[in-house]
Amino acid sequence: MSVLPSLGTLLHPSQFFSFKGVHPDPRKHLSSEHEIEVMPVPTLIRLPLQQHIGAEAEPIVERDDLVLKGQLIAKARGPVSANIHAPTSGRVIAVGHFTAPHPSGLPVPTITIRPDGEDKWGARLPRIRPEDASPEEIAAQVAAAGIVGMGGATFPSAVKLNLRAKYDLHTLVINGAECEPYLTCDDRLMRERAEEIADGIGIMGRALGVKNIIVAIESNKPQAIEVMSRYNRALDYTFQIKVVPTQYPMGSEKHLVRLLTGKETPARALTADLGVVVHNVATAHAVHNAVRYGEPLISRIVTVSGRAIKRPANVKVMIGTPMSEVIDHCGGFTEEPDRLLLGGPMMGQPISNRRVPIVKGANGILALAKSETPGSDVMPCIRCGRCVQSCPVGLTPFEMNARIQADDLDGAAKIGLMDCLTCGCCAYTCPGNIPLVQTFHFAKGKLAEKQSRKHQAEETKRLAEARKAREAAIAEAKRQMMLKRKAEMEAKKKAAAEKAAAEAAEAEPAMQQTQGEANS
Amino acid sequence: MTAQPLLAAPHTHTVFTVNRTMLAVVLALTPATVFGLYQFGWPAIFLFVTTVASAYLFEILSLWVAGKPIGPFARDGSALLSGWLVAMTLPPYAPWWVGVVGSGIAIVIAKHMFGGLGQNLFNPAMVARAMLLIALPVHMTTWVPPVGLLNGPDFLQSLAITFAGSTEYDAISSASTLSHIKSQLGAGASMEAITPDLADLKARLFGLVPGSMGETPTLLLLAGGLALVFMRIITLAIPLSVLGTIAGLSFVASTISPGTFAPPILHLTAGSTMLCAFFIATDYVTSPVSALGKVIYGICIGALIFVIRTWGSFPEGVAFAVLLMNACTPLIETYVRPRVFGRTRTGKPLPIVKPNRTKQSAGDKA
Repeated sequence: MSVLPSLGTLLHPSQFFSFKGVHPDPRKHLSSEHEIEVMPVPTLIRLPLQQHIGAEAEPIVERDDLVLKGQLIAKARGPVSANIHAPTSGRVIAVGHFTAPHPSGLPVPTITIRPDGEDKWGARLPRIRPEDASPEEIAAQVAAAGIVGMGGATFPSAVKLNLRAKYDLHTLVINGAECEPYLTCDDRLMRERAEEIADGIGIMGRALGVKNIIVAIESNKPQAIEVMSRYNRALDYTFQIKVVPTQYPMGSEKHLVRLLTGKETPARALTADLGVVVHNVATAHAVHNAVRYGEPLISRIVTVSGRAIKRPANVKVMIGTPMSEVIDHCGGFTEEPDRLLLGGPMMGQPISNRRVPIVKGANGILALAKSETPGSDVMPCIRCGRCVQSCPVGLTPFEMNARIQADDLDGAAKIGLMDCLTCGCCAYTCPGNIPLVQTFHFAKGKLAEKQSRKHQAEETKRLAEARKAREAAIAEAKRQMMLKRKAEMEAKKKAAAEKAAAEAAEAEPAMQQTQGEANS
Repeated sequence: MTAQPLLAAPHTHTVFTVNRTMLAVVLALTPATVFGLYQFGWPAIFLFVTTVASAYLFEILSLWVAGKPIGPFARDGSALLSGWLVAMTLPPYAPWWVGVVGSGIAIVIAKHMFGGLGQNLFNPAMVARAMLLIALPVHMTTWVPPVGLLNGPDFLQSLAITFAGSTEYDAISSASTLSHIKSQLGAGASMEAITPDLADLKARLFGLVPGSMGETPTLLLLAGGLALVFMRIITLAIPLSVLGTIAGLSFVASTISPGTFAPPILHLTAGSTMLCAFFIATDYVTSPVSALGKVIYGICIGALIFVIRTWGSFPEGVAFAVLLMNACTPLIETYVRPRVFGRTRTGKPLPIVKPNRTKQSAGDKA
């Protein structure tokens, strides 16, 4: 495999006809050459109970409890949920609410721990030997360790490892694309912990029972490609290391699978329907730690970057560390950032409260200076078609936007609003700086609300009708009962009358007799 | 911290804004324009400046009447580009008011009456050209040979030509390549007889022939167009389909009947073919956005140009071809949509093909 980019990849000949995807300025050099450093124990740990997709975890500690590092403090609730462990030893000072690491800034249930600074381990999970363990045991260990998809999607990994039961799986794709600009945490992890990642990949392959494992890395990470190519074996597997073009959104699961296998995931289906499961490299690393050492997911690598950060770095931080402490660890700001983000610049969340914690899915803290962020001047659409050409899904964003602006949400849905990945390519590439993807976020929310309201109305109607039917049935039953009783009564009456008549008839001769006797 | 409006992702943005895009197109046009202006001398320079300046004035006036913010819209560069394109399609010695009327038609009628930037159905420069061609057939078809800035009329003489309607120029008015072919073929001459009278291929490639101010230097226009492709401002879809269709149709026609049809190389190097393929037909606002739509649009323009040039009453068909297809753009847009990921062209989800495990294991054993 050639590490040097060929002329073809430089020029992208296919792009003379159509673009598909965008090539934002990567700006990875800010942090890509900084080794992963371990941040000391922070002064406070805040763990939101919902750091994953699915049901919120259930706290099992109370205020003033002393917890040890690695201790389970919130239990997964239901099939799609994840355990949460204490990242360090200390005292629980609150089980309450705190601002979410989300643009809404709404308070969410959170456990707050005051670390004692000793960082003392409690009981770890029992280690298992993946070579001997059954796939179910591995998945159970991953579930116990509270591992979620660490690329940002935060879907509980154990659920994905158990897909074997429902689908015929043949390929595991390890996503090391890291297509978001600025972010270098996966790149550094691959360069520095390749052997551990490889082991984690092998363990996941075993849990899934797949035949092939493909590790996809974007072409702009030659060192990571080189190191991963050396560590390409684990647990009877030899992985294929595939270099994918540097392009956003390369890390999108379905698009990556299409590029690697040539198969396109049907709309509303999963890649598992094609027999392919995608996991992130950082997740593989977490699986390695959980299975080999019994360590739950209590820390992660975060890229701290942006031109407003004094010392860009890749930092291993405990889950729950306040953002402000991580920023202080990196020397603070050189200037007041224009935007402070959790995640990458294409899909990351703007954060206004700097005390919000780092969660399991947070791969970057970016402090963008004014020179890096888009302006706010919006020009009208000139129909240049860049949004259409860059849309990886094949939508017509300018048209969807026009329909949404005209309050025609159903029209927008008809031309594919719900297929939108909200990857942001359209808004990135729009020369008029029109907030396209932002509008789609809004419209999707509105449409979901409309649908839920419709659903609610239908449900109410259904319940009302059911009640009516039930009442009618009761009334009918009552009527039937009445009729029956009436019939019974009548029958009884009749019977009584007949009986009386018979008795009368019986009595008559006697009477006649007596009468006759009397007459005679 | 006060809440800022619309602070959602993406938090980074491409360097291509509307005005940079327009300026890049203008930049790509510059070599051909400068060469054309040099070839046709002072009258062309005066006319060019008048046309572009009046386009700008009309733009500002229209914005003011429409009550739109003048600052950002006047800076977007679209009026500059429209005025520039109008000027490039004018005969170099046309009087000043032709340029002003052309700019007025382009900016006021074709652009702002439809709602301004991004709202026009028809390409403003082509509307202006078509209307001028029909209203002023004499002014719009008076061609002069390119003699160069130094050999042409001097400064004062040129002022008289452009601004006082003087017709006392030394240069003899001559026919453009396409009008010469048209008139000769119409008179019954055969292609073989006409060819020796025409400028040779080299002159047509370098722009040493009579024609509009900016349409003659074929190679410079091609280079500018390719620069736009490399800058990712346009794709090759429209230029290739326009040029390919013209070349293909004229090749077939001239192979069947070499005497009555012009050969492909003549079609590609004469008139405003190159200007149309790279700069006019690719106009964002009036062309379809999807790749397939662009190809259909380009093929139809190419075919229409060939048809109008061959059988129409005008020697050049670019303006009409582009305008006709502009009218079809909404139709193309409605029916030709990109395929959505994971769906068929009709919008249904793709069928789920279950991987066949038994087949695979059998393959492994073998």
